[in-house]
Amino acid sequence: MELTLWTYEGPPHVGAMRIASSMEGVHYVLHAPQGDTYADLLFTMIERRGRRPPVTYTTFQARDLGGDTAELVKGHLREAVERFNPEALLVGESCTAELIQDQPGSLASGMGFNMPVVGIELPAYSKKENWGASETFYQLVRGILSKQPSEESGVSHSPAAWKSEGRRPRVNLLGPTLLGFRCRDDILELEKLLNQHGIDVHVVAPLEARPADLMRLPNADLNVCLYPEIAEATCLWLERNYGMPFSKTVPIGVGATKDFLEELHQLLEMPAPNPGEGAEQSKLPWYSQSVDSNYLTGKRVFIFGDGTHAIAAARIADQELGFKVVGLGTYSREMARPVRAAAKELGLEALISDDYLAVEAAMAEAAPELVLGTQMERHSAKRLGIPCAVISTPMHVQDVPARYSPQMGWEGANVIFDSWVHPLMMGLEEHLIGMFRHDFEFVDGHQSHLGHLGGHQSQTEQQQSQAATNPSTQSNADSSSEESPLWTPEGEAELAKIPFFVRGKVRRNTEKYARQAGCRRIDSETVYDAKVHFRA
Amino acid sequence: MGSTTLLKESGPREVFCGLTSIVWLHRRMPDAFFLVVGSRTCAHLIQSAAGVMIFAEPRFGTAILEERDLAGLADAHEELDRVVNDLLARRPEIRTLFLVGSCPSEVIKLDLARVAERLNGQLQGGVRVLNYSGSGIETTFTQGEDGALKAMVPLMPNSNEAQLLLVGTMANAVEDRLKHLFERLGIPSVSSLPPRQSTDLPSVGPGTRVLLTQPYLTDTARELKDRGAEILQAPFPLGAEGSRLWMEAAAKAFGINGSHVATILEPLMVRAQKALSPYKEQLAGKRIFLMPESQLEIPLARFLHRECGMELVEVGVPYLNRDMMQSELELLPHNTQVMEGQHVEKQLDRVREQRPDLVVCGMGLANPLEAEEIATKWSIELIFSPIHGIDQAADLAELFARPLHRRDLLNNQLLVSV
Ligand code: SF4
Ligand code: SF4
Repeated sequence: MELTLWTYEGPPHVGAMRIASSMEGVHYVLHAPQGDTYADLLFTMIERRGRRPPVTYTTFQARDLGGDTAELVKGHLREAVERFNPEALLVGESCTAELIQDQPGSLASGMGFNMPVVGIELPAYSKKENWGASETFYQLVRGILSKQPSEESGVSHSPAAWKSEGRRPRVNLLGPTLLGFRCRDDILELEKLLNQHGIDVHVVAPLEARPADLMRLPNADLNVCLYPEIAEATCLWLERNYGMPFSKTVPIGVGATKDFLEELHQLLEMPAPNPGEGAEQSKLPWYSQSVDSNYLTGKRVFIFGDGTHAIAAARIADQELGFKVVGLGTYSREMARPVRAAAKELGLEALISDDYLAVEAAMAEAAPELVLGTQMERHSAKRLGIPCAVISTPMHVQDVPARYSPQMGWEGANVIFDSWVHPLMMGLEEHLIGMFRHDFEFVDGHQSHLGHLGGHQSQTEQQQSQAATNPSTQSNADSSSEESPLWTPEGEAELAKIPFFVRGKVRRNTEKYARQAGCRRIDSETVYDAKVHFRA
Repeated sequence: MGSTTLLKESGPREVFCGLTSIVWLHRRMPDAFFLVVGSRTCAHLIQSAAGVMIFAEPRFGTAILEERDLAGLADAHEELDRVVNDLLARRPEIRTLFLVGSCPSEVIKLDLARVAERLNGQLQGGVRVLNYSGSGIETTFTQGEDGALKAMVPLMPNSNEAQLLLVGTMANAVEDRLKHLFERLGIPSVSSLPPRQSTDLPSVGPGTRVLLTQPYLTDTARELKDRGAEILQAPFPLGAEGSRLWMEAAAKAFGINGSHVATILEPLMVRAQKALSPYKEQLAGKRIFLMPESQLEIPLARFLHRECGMELVEVGVPYLNRDMMQSELELLPHNTQVMEGQHVEKQLDRVREQRPDLVVCGMGLANPLEAEEIATKWSIELIFSPIHGIDQAADLAELFARPLHRRDLLNNQLLVSV
């Protein structure tokens, strides 16, 4: 049993819903109680979908449990098939139905439907949403391809077949889903990019694919694994069974896009692409080089998100923007290994956690100047008064913008430059306003575009300082035994000159230093002494 | 009653479960914590229904069952003790802990009443532990509040004092206003359940008259009746008319002179009607379809028809308690289609067939209907808005007029640009 106040990922059947809803012609019959229908709103509200997810919930009730729930499931299956006449039927259960063991998947297979029926079992008490999406996609691809008379194509697959067949090479883009981060725009961007290189996109799946498109997957020269969380299992299976290789680089950022193109060209046995393409096609390298960006140097950035986006963000921050990555982590246990490796390269230890309070604590400890995270890190960053950009799901309706804003490819890099640098600039403005707060030109109540953030921040700070000076609220056992040093007005004034985003850390360090040095009162000299002490 | 057509339907439903009510209950009682014993689905439901406003230390959470908790109930009990003790150690400000049952906890027969009893023994009154079910196999959306309040009734002290007890969560400001009005009417003592502090429970006894502020409190009402209270029959305080009848029912029960009541309420009514009239103009003759969700559907339909002139196409309710709804049903126009239960697909077929001007529905259905050019109003918004009382009647009407008004605006703009 685990106490959860908030969860980054939903249950695994929500992952299955993401696959069903992303596709056309698929219907999902989900054995679940009525409350589970809340999941529809994730699609209709966060994604603003104008269509209901193609899901029939059996909505069984307590009084049904005494009777024949299997019959109830069959009734819903029959009705759903009749009403929606899907090209493929997914059948599964949510956490509660898993306990009553009606096995809706096998029930459905025995009902003589004339479309492919894929039963999916997702262990709700150990797995989560992304795993559920990955497993469902894999089961669906497998289920649909196994309906085909098995050709022995597996062995003979050659990614360079396009040459002898006298056509352009063609690839599948696998992994984009609804409720993924900017998937739709990523696909458009990649289609454009690949087209420029003479590569056709054969099938995109699951987003907007039909079951019949899945049948055509093996006819591509290779698979592009866009989001490993969702598509890696499927790519591996296609590799094993059809000999189709797949690309492993996720093209987010200028460097990764370049690597991705090289990987693809190599796999397809095409001549290597122009290495200078990124600098020509994306503005990020020049914007980053331009003198105006000098102030970005060494900006401390804390990164947390799904594995794919967190790893990509770390590379961009470190290599393309000249930031200093001071924290890197993911909530995705499945992606723990690559995230750990990426962190290690940056001399960090990765934070693998799905406890947002632990993430917030790590964030506060790292004292970053910019946070790149999920919807939840935006809240935490706001509480700490640190600027933030959202780079990963889970997201809020405001993270699904109306404008074209991919993350992948050259344009994706442009979007990333803008969306990361913008909050930093605003944070800076906020800081300047803070500095000039006492100037007579400064009209109280005038705020930057950050709006209410200024107010929030000072409130949080007050709370922090209260917490810091009030020993009873400190969780640290040994510090409560000692008396906390007292801040003199002069010391407070010195502290106020320090940029807000590191002020909390300086306050803590100064107090720690004061305690060590045995000084009871903190004045401006103590602040300077502490600064030197911790620098050394 | 008898003039309404009461229909029933079953099939796939699209209704939240009772856990949802934690979203407003935890805000009402800041010293209480709601611990759902359930699955990741339960945790995800509450956070999705609550939107994204998550606070540093929220006052609700889920003890998520894992494989090994399912393996043995004994261990599950121990685990739950551990989670509760950790939680209470970290949150010393908690005075009341609600253990909230879910579908999984009920299917595996985890007896939360026993757990609560045991914990109460251990905690020796420092924190009170209560339990109720918010599971989707037993309860819908607002019914969760019924369970929570019912669980509090046994803790209410006895008293024979003549008093009015308002039962059901309302916005604090609206509640203050209503209490003030009852005072002016001359009702000696007015208290509410749930209280604003979980430990500040009102008393109950033979002198207590209960006015329900919400139509979904069947079990709580029964429990209060068992404690000697009298449950006053009245329409619910939505709209000017309903609110007036509701207040009058209390005044009558306390033997307050009718003309005194009129001198106080009449000016409010005049003002409310004036405030209502622009919305009435927009809403009159418009056709509304209410999908079942919050249990507020019948009182809302009554208000929208009688005070705003709307035509009722269909009034859906998750379940119908005729006793509780009697005064409301009597006020509905002849032949109103009241549909209990749901077959969401068939109901949507009827929506498409009837093409009402406005549909009240859940968040999962709103945008899909909007995409079919049918204006909608979220039922959950009605739960979160201050809509009770005579003074709020115009605000309530405005909630329904806004989507229609917005449609007109956008359509006009489009015409201009063509
Ligand atoms: S319907 Fe049951 S399983 Fe689903 S969220 Fe509600 S209580 Fe949890
Ligand atoms: S608007 Fe801002 S504060 Fe409110 S929920 Fe969204 S991100 Fe959080």
